Amino acid sequence: MSEQTNTGTVEQKKADTTTEVKESVKITAGLSKFFEQVADFSIFMGRYFRELIRPPYEINEILKQCYLVGYKSLGLVGITGFIMGLVLTLQSQPTLAEFGAEAWLPNMVAVSIVREIGPVITALICAGKVGSGIGAELASMKVTEQIDAMEVSGTNPFKYIVVSRVIATTLMIPVLVVLSNALAFIGAYIGVNITSDVSFPLFFAKVFEALKFSDVLPAFIKTFFFGFAIGIISCYKGYNSNKGTEGVGLAANAAVVTASLIIFILDMLAVQVTNTILN
Amino acid sequence: MAEQENNSAKAVTSTEAVVEMTHVKKSFGTNDVLKDINLKLLKGENLVVLGKSGSGKSVLIKCLIGLLQPDEGTINVLGQIVEDLKNEELNALRKKVGFLFQSGALYDSMSVRENLEFPLRDSKDLSQEEKTGLVEEALANVGLSEAIDKTPAELSGGMRKRLGLARTLILKPEIMLYDEPTTGLDPVTSREISELILEVQKKYNTSSIIITHDMPCARITANRIIVFKEGVAFAEGTFEELSKSEDEFVSEFFEQ
Ligand SMILES: Nc1ncnc2c1ncn2[C@@H]1O[C@H](COP(=O)(O)OP(=O)(O)O)[C@@H](O)[C@H]1O
Ligand SMILES: [Mg+2]
Repeated sequence: MSEQTNTGTVEQKKADTTTEVKESVKITAGLSKFFEQVADFSIFMGRYFRELIRPPYEINEILKQCYLVGYKSLGLVGITGFIMGLVLTLQSQPTLAEFGAEAWLPNMVAVSIVREIGPVITALICAGKVGSGIGAELASMKVTEQIDAMEVSGTNPFKYIVVSRVIATTLMIPVLVVLSNALAFIGAYIGVNITSDVSFPLFFAKVFEALKFSDVLPAFIKTFFFGFAIGIISCYKGYNSNKGTEGVGLAANAAVVTASLIIFILDMLAVQVTNTILN
Repeated sequence: MAEQENNSAKAVTSTEAVVEMTHVKKSFGTNDVLKDINLKLLKGENLVVLGKSGSGKSVLIKCLIGLLQPDEGTINVLGQIVEDLKNEELNALRKKVGFLFQSGALYDSMSVRENLEFPLRDSKDLSQEEKTGLVEEALANVGLSEAIDKTPAELSGGMRKRLGLARTLILKPEIMLYDEPTTGLDPVTSREISELILEVQKKYNTSSIIITHDMPCARITANRIIVFKEGVAFAEGTFEELSKSEDEFVSEFFEQ
């Protein structure tokens, strides 16, 4: 009898330790999966740079992708840029008026748009539009064995598919940001003229007076990194999709979520780097 | 007699093996898909591989072309050991081996013409006119000439299979790998595809591995049949021989 109880407690203890072990195994498995992904992504990026410099170059495909990424996003990016400038002006106007600093409105709006809001909002919109498109497209090419088919026909699908898309996003996102900023200024001009009367030349004189080279250049440089991040992350998620039709949606989703997060992290790093360099 | 000749595979006279697999093993995690595969494909031969769904037939031919790496064993294709090849050598070998995917694997974003031109893009010595000529010839071969400016989405199942076949044949491969070429097609279209496979064998003297569980297709195309069971080649013989087999597993296929 007593023996039985003894075995009971021993087994109980054993079971406890097993659940503990199971928990820690889960955590280790999760962690190791994360590091596996990071390592895998680094290899993917390494391969990108190797294939990027090695000829032959897929010029036609790059141009086609630039068209798809850039031209097809013009409308969306333009409209959001315009609204961004308009709303930012209308929202800031009362606060500045309280301090009697209304005359500074164009300067303030210009700096916020060029330094921060233009690049980040445009990049986020492109992460949503372009990133999800690339993620879903590559995942469905993977699922329907189109990527395998390119490989067995002796073509390098990585170069044809991944490199051309990443180049396109890296080059086109900055262009879209510039466009978005320009339309944001026009929105801001209209916003200013709702409550007061500022002439077009005066408004833009103030805008360009506010913008220093040290605002424009770092902001412009970071948009290339945003573009690169959107391209390489969505390609990675799509190219490595493996779970059938369901994987297409997952890849599109993961592309947008990861790219958006990375854009914020890059933006934070960019501020740090710029401040360190300028001081 | 003449009709008999037209409707069955061309007799194989060669004893030269173009593909040789020895002790090939492949597993995914704990799933041992290929356990010990030994297989020879002779020059000019149509070899049919029969096996249930999920028995590793697609994995077998993907290993052959280097899309998957076997865990053990060697695969010799046209005198070269696949796993020893460098990237460029593998690409050169792949141009000599055609692969018709189960799903067709057509490039959705391209037109029929662009689908066919894609395998030719590395052929720098061909002029644009020559490429167009090859594309038109390939389409005529499979009876799809009028579809040249359509997109794959506009084609029927049978047409998609034929387009896949045309795209594979455009490089005039020495070896063809067909992954379930007739699955999902009606009996009439299946028969047409099977006859196309025969035509390819006769016209270009290709050696082929044909994966199927469509018995009419096997009967039309096969010189020799291998039956897959649980990761090994379980039985082998001509259609005649295997159809008389007393083994339950083998005869199940032939009862359809
Ligand atoms: N890339 C892969 N990763 C993991 N498992 C795979 C992969 N490819 C195939 N398998 C597994 O191998 C087995 C055989 O698949 P397959 O060769 O496609 O069968 P079939 O004989 O129907 O063509 C299946 O159980 C499948 O789940
Ligand atoms: Mg299969």
